[in-house]
Amino acid sequence: MLKLLEGPQTLGRGKVFWSCFLAVLAGALIYPAFADSYDVGNFSYFLIWIFMALGLCLMWGYGGMLSFGQTLFFGIAGYGYGVLAINMGGGTATIAALVLSVFVAMVAAGILGYFMIWGGISGIFFGIVTLSATLVLAFFLGQTAGPEWHIGTARLNGFNGMKGMDPLAVGDFYIEGSALYYVMVALIVIVYIALRMLVNSSVGNVIVATRENPQRAEMLGYDVRKYQLLTFVVGSGLAGLSGALYTSWGQFITPSSIGLPAAAMPIVWVAFSGRSDLTATLVGSFLLLFGFQTITIYSQQAALVLMGALLLATVMLAPQGFVLGVGRLVVDWWSRRRRPDTGPALADASRLQSDET
Amino acid sequence: MPLVDVQGVSKRFGGLTAVSDVDLTVNSGEVHCLIGPNGAGKSTLFKLIVGLYPPTKGSIYFDTVDITNERPYARVQRGMSIKMQAPSVFKELPVRQNIQIALQERFSGPERSAEEDRLLTLLNLAPDSDKLAGALSHGQQQWLEIGMALALKPQLLLLDEPTAGMSPEETFKTGELIKSFNAEGMTVLVVEHDMAFVRQVAQRVTVLHLGKIFARGSLETILQDEKVAEIYLGKAHAH
Repeated sequence: MLKLLEGPQTLGRGKVFWSCFLAVLAGALIYPAFADSYDVGNFSYFLIWIFMALGLCLMWGYGGMLSFGQTLFFGIAGYGYGVLAINMGGGTATIAALVLSVFVAMVAAGILGYFMIWGGISGIFFGIVTLSATLVLAFFLGQTAGPEWHIGTARLNGFNGMKGMDPLAVGDFYIEGSALYYVMVALIVIVYIALRMLVNSSVGNVIVATRENPQRAEMLGYDVRKYQLLTFVVGSGLAGLSGALYTSWGQFITPSSIGLPAAAMPIVWVAFSGRSDLTATLVGSFLLLFGFQTITIYSQQAALVLMGALLLATVMLAPQGFVLGVGRLVVDWWSRRRRPDTGPALADASRLQSDET
Repeated sequence: MPLVDVQGVSKRFGGLTAVSDVDLTVNSGEVHCLIGPNGAGKSTLFKLIVGLYPPTKGSIYFDTVDITNERPYARVQRGMSIKMQAPSVFKELPVRQNIQIALQERFSGPERSAEEDRLLTLLNLAPDSDKLAGALSHGQQQWLEIGMALALKPQLLLLDEPTAGMSPEETFKTGELIKSFNAEGMTVLVVEHDMAFVRQVAQRVTVLHLGKIFARGSLETILQDEKVAEIYLGKAHAH
């Protein structure tokens, strides 16, 4: 099982990589001891979005399906958590609300994905349909300000936002502040490791093969539609996890978390980071979120313009992603330093990348 | 005993009838070549048999099972294996991983590694196994795709112009490879233009012309048919 942590589908292997990984993890674990609670809360906020970015990386980078619908499933699980937590009461029931809301998002992804994939929708049309579904949900929720729009005792509240749900809790203990931060770090480690194992497994081989050449994959006996649906459901479930954690973190959610500007953000994070590698997406998304939040303190408009400029720069200058590009340079340099004879294979790889772009 | 039985199959694209009322049987254990001039409908018939096109009319049976409406993956699971006309490999993945993806459903662990090595050596791709498939030459990509098709251990190997882009030496070697797998019991259906290759491998030949069956039989019979020589081979080749 552990050998699946390393493989052709993931950058980074060997003692050096895993030593760096453990060093970063150790740094993350001791960070709350040296930071004030405001900064720890901010870090928790950045980490919330990482799940959505990793999910899109799986779908787009590995599966070749550009979904513009990450915030659709973010919203379904976010509102789902609110509705369930309000109706089921606080305490440990919030954990059930979290799990159920992610499950609901995955079921919704299964239904939408089934009709799209079995209907033969692919390429740019996949993005168009998922974006349309996202906008439908955002517009629908935007007109639910009236008191008649409620589920049980939970009012949807239109653009005023749904509020009144409890944060995650175990019994009387609220998972907030440093506790929430540690839960986030643990979840990210679990999700990151699990995704590495998935993409390096035989299932991951077929997911990547389907991205590369779906007809050839089918002619090797694989029903590529099932693999695409699995990828879509897992990726959407991770967006749902972000959504449920977001609502729990802020005890608040509005339709603007789902609409067009919000839907574009995961695309920017993953494109800038490097969609074809989980580690690049993890690191790049965190850096972008940190930068975005820092600039937003001074000007939200400037932060949005910067995100647009970064997307443009990525498409023009580094279509494979900036962080991934830097990562590959480091790996190439390290490989040449250790084994000078690996040059030709790496040169072939680089040449093909350039040809494709 | 027929392994593939095509009964009255037609395929129309708008006003064009590419394949018209074709009956074709491929018997178990034979190497059957499908030949004909450009535009005869060979590739269309091939795609109908592998499931890339649904027929407008008619039925296709594999091992007595009606597969007319099955998708290609289901036909592969029944025992077909397919090599397309243009090299169809996973270009951004290493050569070894291409073979792994083909093997992984049937082999695991050390057995899979051994089979990978055997195929890579058989196909002369072992020295390039860490290269990306897209960095191979056209001929090597053809070999790789043939290797992926063979990795499935099929009952029926379907090859659409397998030697396109290969040197005469590579073409001959491909023919010998096909004959060796046929000797082990594999049935092979080949669509091919290269008559030297057809002579090397064919046990039975079907000639298509304008979407219809024009002639069928042994290669010797076909070569002696004046009408076939006129439409396809050129009279000089017939004798």
